[in-house]
Amino acid sequence: MSGILVATQLFNGLSLASIYLLAALGLALSFGLMRVINMAHGELLMLGGYFAWGTLGLVPGPLGILVALPVAFLGSAAVGAVIETTLIRRLSARPLDTLLGTWGVSLILQQAARDLFGAIGVEVRAPDWLSGAWTLGGVTLPSARLFIMLVALAVLGALALLLRRSRLGLLVRAVNQDRMMASACGIDAGRVDLAVFCLGSGIAGMAGVMLALLGPVTPNVGQGYIVPAFLVVVMGGLGSILGTTVAALILGLFLALSQIFVDVSIAQMLMLVFVIVFIQFRPQGVAPARTRALDA
Amino acid sequence: MAFSPSSRKSALLVAAALVALPLGACHKSGPAVSGNSVTVGVLQSLTGTMAISEITVKNAELLAIEEINAKGGVMGKEIAPVVEDGASDPSTFAQKAAKLVESDHAATVFGGWTSASRKAMLPVFERTHNLLWYPVQFEGNECSPAIMYSGAQPNQQALPAFDWAVKQGFKTFYLVGSDYVYPRTANLILKKHIEQGGLKVLGEDYVPLGGTDFSGIIAKIQQAKPAIVINTLNGDSNVAFFKQLQAAGLSTKVLPVMSFSIGEQEAKAMGAALVEGSYASWNYFQSLSSPDNAAFVAAYRKKYGADAAITDPMIHGYLDVYAWKAAVEKAGSFDPQAVRKAAAALGAFDTPMGKVSFATNQSLVQKAYIGKLKADGQFEIISSSPAEIQPEPYDPLAFPGKTCKL
Repeated sequence: MSGILVATQLFNGLSLASIYLLAALGLALSFGLMRVINMAHGELLMLGGYFAWGTLGLVPGPLGILVALPVAFLGSAAVGAVIETTLIRRLSARPLDTLLGTWGVSLILQQAARDLFGAIGVEVRAPDWLSGAWTLGGVTLPSARLFIMLVALAVLGALALLLRRSRLGLLVRAVNQDRMMASACGIDAGRVDLAVFCLGSGIAGMAGVMLALLGPVTPNVGQGYIVPAFLVVVMGGLGSILGTTVAALILGLFLALSQIFVDVSIAQMLMLVFVIVFIQFRPQGVAPARTRALDA
Repeated sequence: MAFSPSSRKSALLVAAALVALPLGACHKSGPAVSGNSVTVGVLQSLTGTMAISEITVKNAELLAIEEINAKGGVMGKEIAPVVEDGASDPSTFAQKAAKLVESDHAATVFGGWTSASRKAMLPVFERTHNLLWYPVQFEGNECSPAIMYSGAQPNQQALPAFDWAVKQGFKTFYLVGSDYVYPRTANLILKKHIEQGGLKVLGEDYVPLGGTDFSGIIAKIQQAKPAIVINTLNGDSNVAFFKQLQAAGLSTKVLPVMSFSIGEQEAKAMGAALVEGSYASWNYFQSLSSPDNAAFVAAYRKKYGADAAITDPMIHGYLDVYAWKAAVEKAGSFDPQAVRKAAAALGAFDTPMGKVSFATNQSLVQKAYIGKLKADGQFEIISSSPAEIQPEPYDPLAFPGKTCKL
């Protein structure tokens, strides 16, 4: 075991953590506020990949990927709005119904992508400025992974600012802490729900663009990320942005560092065991959100 | 606790299903030769993760059936194919195989792709004494009278690739694969041969099927600095692997990669630019030049699209149907037991991949080729085995003392 390998895996752990964070943030938002377990979250990621493909087709050239980020954000947010208004809103009185309902949406979106774009998947290539790699003391730092970290940091910062400083953030925090009291004060909780669900969906879309730089864009690509995303949310403390971030870091580093000793299959198994043991000792997660919704 | 009306109804349904199950299994299964047609099964994944590869094999099998019917069928009878969907799920494959044999009375079945699907179907064909024609390269270490193994045995794909690598002067190897029976067994065999040749395996890593994170593996490859990577990843994982190799500065020009599951179709789907310059080992490449191959490519494209890519398993699926026809005619019977014996005694026949024959162990005697992927998604054939290779289901180094006698 050499120092360079450990340093490389530390970097890879941070890179994985940034991917997990992007994939999990939207899930944490919708669960934290609405208690909705969105099984279609992976498909919103998948849509982001297809939005990237479509945008790169229309805007070729080095900056296409930067255009794809807002396009995917808006596109996935729009799909999220449709899901929220047509389905989740009508089922949200019973959380298990939303689980089944969104699972159905997930299947429909997968099949729709298969019918529209083919089962084979589409080709998204990283632009030249993202295909190189930097070397720092023998450690290779691929530009694509550095870029994903930057985007994850930017999204996290913007989200924190939005929740802490904006009026929407104030409303979200109010509804999150006590939905009935907030409604009694005249806050339209339904509209806050819609805004948060769209925001979460939009972040999933951006995550999909980032994933397309490193992986395939296929109808079922979202399935591969939904389980780690749920693990991050559960471990983070349901609905807490800070907890989600810390949990993404812990799991990313755990997976990368364990790969120094074992292969990926075993590492993923160890990660599951780790999360189960962690939840045994700290069922509330890393940093639970304080909310009345959990008192019931 | 009282039964609610709905749960009583479902209890009744379950009971009815339990009664019906053994009844269903009582059907006598003999080949369906009725009047002037004979039923055969075509069983591939038409949905799910394997659909990308298997739909085209189904197409090739149906093309062969159509061509044979156009020329008068088999022993004067038209072939009536029943197409079923294995849905990329081994237990569905087993269930549909039983349905094809027992309720459709198929004379034989063409199909399967993953080793898991083959292993799931095997007991069905052994129990019903029927015959499965399996079109895909696999890990060997299996020998059943109920299957005609037309895809490559390890000594017809993996070992020729290894021999080629040795000839190129590659001395150190890194093995990367999906975590299931084929990569694990193929690598077990390769490791034995690498060690015997006095060469080195610098690492061996597995990713769950469909896995997309290769950062750790690539870090280990960068540390180990192997001369060549042997890649037995399956499906979408390949896209992630090559993208992340490229991002880490290890393009195929810097680090040669030999893949066992990337054919023309997969290269096209991944974007040939991503995998250009990587190597593959197959028994057929679309770029093979022969009149038989040109005729097949033209016929397939006429039916399924002018830009369709043709792959090794498609050719195996296609030739399986012709081999079955020839064997039925040689045996003078549709009985699977007579057919499998006749198939092994057919001798060499012409196919788009050249002359092949079935050995007495029911595997195909065939050549092996090494190709290098070009920017247009086609392979340039850079090496070929001097002659057809006899199939060896049990590698003598990895499985000493085991033989396949049928």
